[in-house]
Amino acid sequence: MSRVLMRGNEAIAEAAIRAGLKCYFCYPITPQGELVEYMARELPKRGGVFLQAESEVAAINMVYGAAAAGVRTMTSSSSPGISLKQEGISYLAGSRLPCVIVNMMRGGPGLGNIAPAQGDYFQATKGGGHGDYRLIVLAPSTVPEAAQLVMLAFDLADKYRVPAMILGDGMLGQMMEPVELPPPVDPSSIPEKPWALTGAEGREPNVILSFDLSPQGLREMNRVLQDTYREIERSEVRWEEVETADAEIVLVAYGTMGRIAKTVVERAREEGIKAGLLRPITLWPFPYEPLRELAERVPTILTVELSAGQMWEDVRLAVEGRAKTPFYGELGGVVPTPREILSEVKKHVSS
Amino acid sequence: MPVKPKEKPAPELTPARHPMEKFLRTDRIPHIWCAGCGLGTAVSCLLFALDELAWDLDSVAVVSGIGCTGRVAGYLKLDSYHTTHGRAIPFATGLKLAKPDLKVVVFSGDGDLFAIGGNHFIHAARRNLDMTVICVNNFNYGMTGGQVGPTTPIEGRTTTTPFGNFEHPFNLVYLAASAGATYVARWTTLHARRLQHAIVEALTRKGFTFVEVISPCPTNYGRRNKLGEGLDEMRYYAEHAVIRHGADPKEAEIVPGEDFLIGKFVDTEKPTYLEMYQAKVAQLRGG
Ligand code: SF4
Repeated sequence: MSRVLMRGNEAIAEAAIRAGLKCYFCYPITPQGELVEYMARELPKRGGVFLQAESEVAAINMVYGAAAAGVRTMTSSSSPGISLKQEGISYLAGSRLPCVIVNMMRGGPGLGNIAPAQGDYFQATKGGGHGDYRLIVLAPSTVPEAAQLVMLAFDLADKYRVPAMILGDGMLGQMMEPVELPPPVDPSSIPEKPWALTGAEGREPNVILSFDLSPQGLREMNRVLQDTYREIERSEVRWEEVETADAEIVLVAYGTMGRIAKTVVERAREEGIKAGLLRPITLWPFPYEPLRELAERVPTILTVELSAGQMWEDVRLAVEGRAKTPFYGELGGVVPTPREILSEVKKHVSS
Repeated sequence: MPVKPKEKPAPELTPARHPMEKFLRTDRIPHIWCAGCGLGTAVSCLLFALDELAWDLDSVAVVSGIGCTGRVAGYLKLDSYHTTHGRAIPFATGLKLAKPDLKVVVFSGDGDLFAIGGNHFIHAARRNLDMTVICVNNFNYGMTGGQVGPTTPIEGRTTTTPFGNFEHPFNLVYLAASAGATYVARWTTLHARRLQHAIVEALTRKGFTFVEVISPCPTNYGRRNKLGEGLDEMRYYAEHAVIRHGADPKEAEIVPGEDFLIGKFVDTEKPTYLEMYQAKVAQLRGG
């Protein structure tokens, strides 16, 4: 383990290289410039290919090609650029190809701004492109966690043959923190990809498609996808709970907001308010079960997001009326302070 | 006693007001551009050209994409649009076809028009859509911090080519000419009068007209490639830009340290998209 001070964007890049990244494709957009620049500096020296594409559409399709060839591949961007990638992501998902996509979210819709936001939750977790598909969506709240989740993202993507997304935001990308970087993955430990297009010498040719003209055939392909998604839902839900054991109010927040919400819980406890936090780490699969269990005994579940209430819909699906589910959000790249959230918490607890 | 000559007032070197202020949204000034950037000159040339033409400004629309040059639309007191990154030309196409009487000008950067927007550029030129595209070429993506672009010369240093660029760049003059543009000119921000004249010509010709403006980006491309201040780059243009009208567009490559061609490369005429469309409609109606 080596301990270094890094920005979120740089830690993500370094972790990806250590995970065995071979092909990285990008296009400039703020606020993930440091990630791109780190890759430009480091990846060519460390056995990988860096290419700055002519557009995000080109970049995701380069990922499509590299993924089909069976190498670890990644692209990164920020909200408007991720929107452009959606067609390619749908094809990757349909073709069952693993890859990692990093979205350092910024304010939207449209051109929006470059401030931190969480308005791409729907896009990330509900299938931003066409068709019935899901991405594994991991939401780090600190720089060390970002590095760790990038490595996990590659493993999960390969294991299930599903594209995985790291959903961060501009604040996480810019923030500097000490990171313990895990040692580089031994390339021989990365599982074989017998389905990959590696030249069919001595074996039957592999076929990678997201296409079947016959409805029965396409239904079968979709069944395989859906079976994979159910398995992921059973095995890969990740979340963190803070002070939930005796909580009277539980905040649900992820990423940058999850980090701020932790501070809110600490301050609330100092004032004698029994607050807790559930922080989803996988946004898909979403921690429905743990939330449902909490809702059996916690009267109020407060969702806090940098959006108009996108994850809030999943929280309410989990709670199903068992508890009150108020919402507190900010829009346009405005980040609420712990004090502001705390006063929101106070509105919902009996004093 | 000799009569003392009457002192002439010194010429106003830095006027308090922009001479083309009437075309600017002064409430949005100061602009965001860096000192020494060529964008101000490029915009002024467009404004002086519009002034010279004395058109009814209600008939002019300026469309920009995203990037440092993309900001132009926001500063103009004309009908102006700051559109999607790379999509200024499709937006302008929609605008032109919805309002054929409008004079549509696309004003954007090399990355916006020729990387992400490259496909749109060649197809608008192929169709000979009536519009004027002005591209400020500063050899990198300025706004996002100076990444490699489609015109970055070989060995050019950018934040994403830290060891020197090894991708072949576009020769925009050649690209525009081969895609079918009916007017193609290239000037630098040093050649302000000639640039203004080229813009006037481009605006008054029919069909798809293109003006490339070579421009300094001292903050990013200039600094990383040790080109000095904006003024040093202007000196470089004075020393290396060779005016040759009618030159073969193929020869308009830009290689750092070597002379490069500027001037008017193409000035021709062919039916525009709208003319072809109208002829087809007339044929259908007639038959
Ligand atoms: S970054 Fe470059 S192009 Fe952008 S305003 Fe500054 S000098 Fe001009």
